[in-house]
Amino acid sequence: MQITLKLFATFRNGRFKVAEQELAEGTEVRAVVLSLGLTEEEIGIVMLNGRHGELDSKLAHGDTLSLFPLVGGG
Amino acid sequence: MDKIFRVNMTDLTTKIEEVPAAWAGLGGRSLTSTIVAAEVPPTCHALSAENKLVFAPGLLTGTPAANSGRLSAGAKSPLTGGIKESNAGGTAAQMLAKLGIKALIIEGAPKGDAWYNLAVGVNGVTISEEKELLGLGNFAVIDAVEARLGKKTGVLTIGPAGELKMTAANISVKDPDSKIRSHGRGGLGAVMGSKQIKFISIDGEGAPGVKIADPDKFKTAARAFSKAILEHPVSGEGLPTYGTNVLVNILNEAGGLPTRNFTTGQFEAHDKISGETMYDTIVARGGKPKHGCHAGCIIQCSQVYHDKDGKYVTSGFEYETIWGLGADCCIDNLDDIARADNLMDDIGIDSIETAVMFGVAMEAGILNWGDSKEMLRLLTDEIGKGTALGRILGGGAGSVGRTYGVTRVPVVKNQAIPAYDPRSVKGIGVTYATSTMGADHTSGYTIATNILNVGGYVDPLKKDGQVELSRNLQIATAAVDSTGMCIFVAFPALDIPECLPALIDMINARFGIALTGDDVTNLGKYVLKTEREFNQKAGLSNVHDRLPDFFKNEPVAPHNAVWDFTDEELDEFWNF
Repeated sequence: MQITLKLFATFRNGRFKVAEQELAEGTEVRAVVLSLGLTEEEIGIVMLNGRHGELDSKLAHGDTLSLFPLVGGG
Repeated sequence: MDKIFRVNMTDLTTKIEEVPAAWAGLGGRSLTSTIVAAEVPPTCHALSAENKLVFAPGLLTGTPAANSGRLSAGAKSPLTGGIKESNAGGTAAQMLAKLGIKALIIEGAPKGDAWYNLAVGVNGVTISEEKELLGLGNFAVIDAVEARLGKKTGVLTIGPAGELKMTAANISVKDPDSKIRSHGRGGLGAVMGSKQIKFISIDGEGAPGVKIADPDKFKTAARAFSKAILEHPVSGEGLPTYGTNVLVNILNEAGGLPTRNFTTGQFEAHDKISGETMYDTIVARGGKPKHGCHAGCIIQCSQVYHDKDGKYVTSGFEYETIWGLGADCCIDNLDDIARADNLMDDIGIDSIETAVMFGVAMEAGILNWGDSKEMLRLLTDEIGKGTALGRILGGGAGSVGRTYGVTRVPVVKNQAIPAYDPRSVKGIGVTYATSTMGADHTSGYTIATNILNVGGYVDPLKKDGQVELSRNLQIATAAVDSTGMCIFVAFPALDIPECLPALIDMINARFGIALTGDDVTNLGKYVLKTEREFNQKAGLSNVHDRLPDFFKNEPVAPHNAVWDFTDEELDEFWNF
């Protein structure tokens, strides 16, 4: 299956902004995080198709996964 | 001992008064709102002599406590018709606190056409007629006051918008680099203009400084407090790097970035105006990605933004301004948004109200979507010069909507809704609806918990728990706004258990008292209830605690969310 992976803020350093990724059916968000060399603790916000997700959310074909460190403002 | 400095602009007299016992435990917002509620007739015209303009540093301002340098300004708002507290950084709050000024109250209004300046110092306030600086922008005023009185002088000033009594006019505060921070919202610049005061200078010479009752206890608490701020990923790392504008991409992903005058929740060109792009641009051009709005700020979410030639354009460039002109007006040019930010500072007009206003103006056909060049011209040639069109634009989003017959006007209590779509981030919708200030994201920032996973998580697309979340945050915020603390201390305070007790310990050590967490919560409740009572007497009732109908009737993409709270559910907010 294919997903769109978007990275934000410091996660882009040495990586990318957006990439298409080919993954095995049912891959969890956690596996994507670890494959990027990020740790679970570094993840502030997981968004899956514009809704909040979890590290153990399972991905499906066509999903957009967005990863943010813990940041804020306003 | 702290005193009340009182200025009467009707007979041009000044007084120094003892602090009434009932006001002794108050500061910042709790004090400005108490004074406005006690001394201003709620039904008065906000631009009449009966209104009063009150400035008050917070309870911890002037101490070495990190991030405690915020100044509260209060009055009846000419924009909302209700009570207003607007707080800002800059250098004035700490100077006033060190001079022993608990509050500066300006009342009355001159009978003739003359304008004045006020000089505040250790011996009181001097009123002088002002001719030379009338009509000038805020940057020129600050330069001129520094040339007259010295570089160290504190300055509170209004630009042409305040002189012309536009309801979106703000009050500018000189920052540590002689640039500008603003009491932005609610038209307080027009109130200062109605008193015919162009600027207030503050001379810190001979200031006795702030006495701390228990210095050792204070030092220990202050250290724990700073540690919590620096340890939290938002206040310790995210904000100093990307500033508040890091939110553009997050809200865009969440579908809560109001775009094209609140018709959709995502902006195609979001990355061009994002915090990430802004950071790269600032670094490449030799600007400063980190900057504090007041001495003692350890978060440093502000920045200095340069143009392509490496020349200063603006500082204190915030997410709400960038969102408003960017996504909401479909302008994808960060340089033009930065120029507009600088112009708004100079003219002295609220950058949130004005950005949302431009979205309504684009809907009205006054200018085309995304036309940043015309937006800059309207700021300079119409608002800045006070033409007839400029006065309509300078009246804010509601003013333009009424004048041009636009029905999609994002305001609550006539104050523009900022930066977060209430349909897809429902907690902030409760805050917009119920805030005593009119639509105001800072009065109960549910984005922390709805979007950023700070202080827990409440699903932004569901109604469950939102009223309670907004209520708890509005109560806590009213208390924090009374301490003189930057609202961003809320990020560590929500997540790090040592943070809030350290804040309370600092207040106790400063005054030699023994407040508990409950006392602080009760202070927040007292502030909200005092403000609401004023609003009710001014004619604002629970029917004003509502969002505009279009949020109910127009689903917003990508989640097709609507505003689905009943009136009864919203009224539950005040059940405390």
